[in-house]
Amino acid sequence: MSLVVRYFASLQDLVGRPEDELAYTAPLTVREVWLRANPSLSIPPNTLAAVNMDYVGFDGSVNDGDEVAFFPPVTGG
Amino acid sequence: MAVIISPAAFDPYQALQDHQHAHLAQLGSVGAAAIFIGTMRDFNDGATVKGMTLDYYPGMTEKQLGLCVQQAQQQWAIIDSLIVHRVGDILPLDPIVLVAVWSAHRGDAFDACRFIMETLKSTAPFWKRERLASDELRWVEHNSKGYGAV
Repeated sequence: MSLVVRYFASLQDLVGRPEDELAYTAPLTVREVWLRANPSLSIPPNTLAAVNMDYVGFDGSVNDGDEVAFFPPVTGG
Repeated sequence: MAVIISPAAFDPYQALQDHQHAHLAQLGSVGAAAIFIGTMRDFNDGATVKGMTLDYYPGMTEKQLGLCVQQAQQQWAIIDSLIVHRVGDILPLDPIVLVAVWSAHRGDAFDACRFIMETLKSTAPFWKRERLASDELRWVEHNSKGYGAV
């Protein structure tokens, strides 16, 4: 199974890349997706997460083929 | 109900006129229009700002803006709405956002326009990166907390 993990704005600067392809075998939560993709980097405070473009909590689960995104608080308008 | 993400500079008054002409010209039920236009300031958090880049999450941004409008429709009697939001490189005085709501009565138009604007600011995935007078680049790190929290 695999996921696409995307990073935006200051989080993209922090991790140093716009996205990852992540292969996995056992079920993962959103928090575990971050830890798999960034094993040496804890999740910055106030980070927001989305799965398939809907906001989710970090304890939510992901499914094969999902697009998981991490980003800082939004600042539009 | 229209949502437009604009990579190019836009004239909000022209956008309003175009939308009204295309969608509202024959609607006698419209009795009120509430309009908010946000423009770029040349200062923020104690610093002079020369310009900014607005980043966004294509797909999710449009989806969240659509949800803002849907939530407003559940609370107020809206006849039509228009959201235009800039992305890309922006200079002071440039329009950043337009929110317009048309309804039969002013209360619905005022309240829904305010709700959509505040909900946009707290949920739509846009991010501002400012270029200061010193040429330092800095991400804007916080925004308002949403409708009712301002």
